[in-house]
Formats: sequence, C-alpha cells, structure tokens
Amino acid sequence: MSAISIQPESLSSILQSGRAVSPSQATAAAPALSTVGVSAAPAPRALGTAWRLLAGDLAFRALPPVLGLLLFVGVWQLLAQTSPQLPGPLKVWDAAVKLFADPFYRKGPNDQGIGWNILSSLQRVGIGFGLAALVGIPLGFMIGRFTFLARMTDPIISLLKPVSPLAWLPIGLLVFKAANPAAIWVIFISSIWPMIINTSVGVRQVPQDYLNVARVLNLSEWTVFRKILFPAVLPFMLTGVRLAIGVAWLVIVAAEMLTGGVGIGFWVWDEWNNLNVQHIIIAIIVIGIVGLLLELGLVALARRFEYKS
Amino acid sequence: MVPLAQPAKSAPPKDLTKYLEIDRVGMVFPTRNGAFQALRDISLNVAQGEFVTLIGHSGCGKSTLLNLVAGLTTPTSGGLLCAGREIRGPGPDRGVVFQNHSLLPWLTSFDNVMLAVERVFGPYEKKAQLHERVHAALKMVGLDHAAQKRPGEISGGMKQRVGIARALAMQPKMLLLDEPFGALDALTRAQLQDELMRIVGETGSTVMMVTHDVDEAVLLSDRIVMMTNGPAATIGEIINVKLPKPRDRLGLAHDTTTIDARSAVLEFLYQKQRKAA
Repeated sequence: MSAISIQPESLSSILQSGRAVSPSQATAAAPALSTVGVSAAPAPRALGTAWRLLAGDLAFRALPPVLGLLLFVGVWQLLAQTSPQLPGPLKVWDAAVKLFADPFYRKGPNDQGIGWNILSSLQRVGIGFGLAALVGIPLGFMIGRFTFLARMTDPIISLLKPVSPLAWLPIGLLVFKAANPAAIWVIFISSIWPMIINTSVGVRQVPQDYLNVARVLNLSEWTVFRKILFPAVLPFMLTGVRLAIGVAWLVIVAAEMLTGGVGIGFWVWDEWNNLNVQHIIIAIIVIGIVGLLLELGLVALARRFEYKS
Repeated sequence: MVPLAQPAKSAPPKDLTKYLEIDRVGMVFPTRNGAFQALRDISLNVAQGEFVTLIGHSGCGKSTLLNLVAGLTTPTSGGLLCAGREIRGPGPDRGVVFQNHSLLPWLTSFDNVMLAVERVFGPYEKKAQLHERVHAALKMVGLDHAAQKRPGEISGGMKQRVGIARALAMQPKMLLLDEPFGALDALTRAQLQDELMRIVGETGSTVMMVTHDVDEAVLLSDRIVMMTNGPAATIGEIINVKLPKPRDRLGLAHDTTTIDARSAVLEFLYQKQRKAA
C-alpha cells in the first residue's frame, strides 16, 4: 500500500498537466514535479509499477475465463455449421435480443414473456423451498439433538432421499388435484433432505468445548440454543440451504415440463413443440444464469457467518 | 440515628481449612474392554484462599479430578463438598478456565464474558451494572481495549485472558484451571502467570489448577499435589511451598525453598513415578 501513496498536490499536478503518465514518461516528469511536490519524485513511477502489476493480475484472472467462453462459442459455431438443425451463436443472439426486448407481455395463458416464465418458476421454487426450510431446519435441529429421534428417522430418510424427485409428482397430483401445488410439492420434497441432513450433522458436530461452556455456566436450554447451538450450526445449515436450492432449481424445469402452465420448464417444452431451437438454447443459458445467481447469493450470505475460533 | 456497630450475623462455624472437601473419591469409566479405573481413593481438603496445583504425568487423571470438582462428571464412589454443599453438577459457583480457551468465536470478548455475567447476576442487577462487571473483569486481565474484538482477531494469550476474565466475572467460590497456559509460548505463559498471581492476590480466590509444568506449580502454589501414574491413579505426595506472597519470579530463582520444592517434585515425577516411555 505504501508504495503508491502520493501527496495530494503532486497527484493534482499530474492530473492538471493533462497528459497520461506512462511509466517511462514518469521518470522524465519527476524533476519537474519535485518543485511542486514534497519529496514526491519517486511516487509517479511507483504508481506506474503498481498499475502494471494490477493490470497483469487482472489479465491473469480475466483472461482464462474469457478464452474459455470464446473457445466454447467457437466450437458451437463449428458444430452449427456441420449440422443445419442446430442454430449458431449469432442466430441465437438475434433471437435473444428480440425475446428480451419485451420480456413481460401476456397473450393468453400459454403465451407469456420469458420474464413471466422465469418469475413464476422462481415463485414455485420459493414457496416449495421455503416450506421445506420451515419444516426441514427445525426437524434437523431436533434430529441432531436427540439420538432417539435420529435413530427413529434414519431409516425413513435413507429410504426416501435417493428417490427421484419426479416420482413424487403423481402423489402431489393425487392429493392436490392441481398442477401448480403438485409442482410445489415436488420442490418441497426434493429440497427438504439436504436441509434436514446438513442441519442435524451440524448440531452433532458442535464442538464439545462450547457445550462444556454451556454446562459450566449452567445456561438455560433457550440460551444454549440462541448463543451456542444456532451460531455453531449456521454454516452447516447454510450449506444445506445451498444444496437444497440447487436441487430445487434443477427439479423445477423437469416438473414444469410435466405439469404445464407458466414457467421456464414449460416454456422449454412449448418451444420444442414449436421447433424453436434458438429459444431452447436461450432457455438453457437463462436457467444456468439464474441457478448461478442463486448459488452466488447464498455463498455470499454464508461467508458473512464464518468465524475463526 | 447512627446504628451501633453490630457483630456480624452469627454465621455457622465454618471450617475454613475444608472449603473444598474431596472424600475417598474413585472414578471408573466404562470402556469397550471393560471397566477402567481412572482414580481411586482420593481425599484432599483445600482451604479457602488456598492455591493448589495438581501435577503428574499425562494420563494420570488430574484433569478427571478437576472435572469432578467442576461437576462435569460425577464420581463412581466417594463424594465432594464445596463450601459445605455437595457437588452435584456444574455450576457458576466454580469458574472453569479450559486449556483451549473455549470462547465462542461469534461473540466479542465483551459478549463472551457477558454470557457468564448475565447468567449469574442477570436476575438481580440492571443492565448498566452488568456492563460494569464485564468491563471490570476485562480490565482486570488488561483487555478492556479488546472488548469489541472477536476471538479470531486476538492472540492466544489474549484469548486465554478473556477465558480467565469470564471465569472471574462470575465471582466464583473456586477458580478451576485446566492447564490454562499449556498452549502458550514460554514468554506469554510467564506473563500470564504473573498476572494470575496478581489477580488471585487481589481477589483472594481459592484456586485448583492442573499443570505439568514444574516451575509453574512451584511459582504459583501453596500446595503441590502430586499424582501417581494411572490406571487407578491416586495422590502420591503433597508438598507445601512455604514462600511468602506476592512472589517474584526472578527473586525466587535462587531461593533455597524454591529449589527444594522444585527438586522434590522432579524427584517424584522422574524417579518414583518414572513413566515407561
């Protein structure tokens, strides 16, 4: 940090001089500056070096992903040229520009803008996932705290966890007699397992030291929960939440393909019936981006609750 | 009206030499290979204001004994009394400082101490008084400036000091220290030993401390309780360290009482209870 500290007056004189100070020029400019600045002569040079380092670092980080994306698009273009059914990147781009020019139109129940489709998918995920969190997290706490309950629930969880989420759809349709609650039900049942399991594992892994503190101080169960158990389990819980929301977003597309209505999954299926392959590719990219944003948001949230002991 | 000086309410005659009574205590742990007798037939009385250290080779059950006094485990035979009452479980009347500080990493130093203060004094005192107590405890260990720092942001020695402040802030009848400075470097350890001496001198606390550092035991204790090797460990010898307090680390280095006590402990540990490597 100290290498790039400059006196304010010398900095303003650089700015006022109106020319860019490249590292080579900086050395030449230094004597002239020394009449204004107080021992500021080496500063512009240091600034130049720092900039070069920063630019180098930036290039080193930004270059590989950009190259990877370019390579991906290039391969896609090549494939599109060899098979006429697959639209190339440019065609998809044009379609996307048209599509996103008006994302929120409504022309009847089966023809709505892509914005509405994404939002209704997110709404289903939000409701199903929210209910799963409301049930799964407290259940996980109890399973982690009471061994008896853990042994009781263990066979059921082990049995039901590996079931493909869509296998639950008929049960949902049977019980709720409507497509929308059935889709929410599928989200609920598929996203509840990671939250139960991670929360209970987190409770079981609370360091004995912390629990000894609770015992030595003779804290009430409620204080133990608030001050020790909950903060200690929070990182595990958030990992469960992250896994759950990933699963939910994976499952919603498939569920909506089967249930219909408004939603990104249904939209993909509809565009397949229209043989609009550009839109299918756009949907894939949009689904990926939304999933990535959900993941990043939760990672950022989890980072706020990390503590070094 | 000026009340006449009254004699203190006639308290039940307490035997101050038996503030802590450990009476023929034994401890057997069930293990996969059958019962394991960790401690047998341990009897020890600690007087009020006394500083007692437990010393012995690792695995001799000194921490087990301390946990019994803390109430974290219950003995399989015999009994323990603290200030005339049977020890049935852990309680804030016995402040414990653990070897690995055991501070909650999501709470600041202040809040870590507050957790203990609130538990003991919360029902009777106002918030301002509780704050006052926490600050006083932190000030006593010289950490008032780090009150708002989390354990991850302070050094190992500072963490251990917060642990001591947490134990002291409860104004416990006894202070139990389980190798409190074992994980610290030699210089920090010496500094904290000096501080502990000062604090114990100021508060007149009754202290039981587990250590395997001979010099630490000699410097701090009124009595050193040496334990035999396990299994079925018991008290081997007890020596009195008859040195005036406050003690000065440098002055004691060539003192004959210190040297005698030191060699007595070393002799016990490395001749009588020599451990097969």
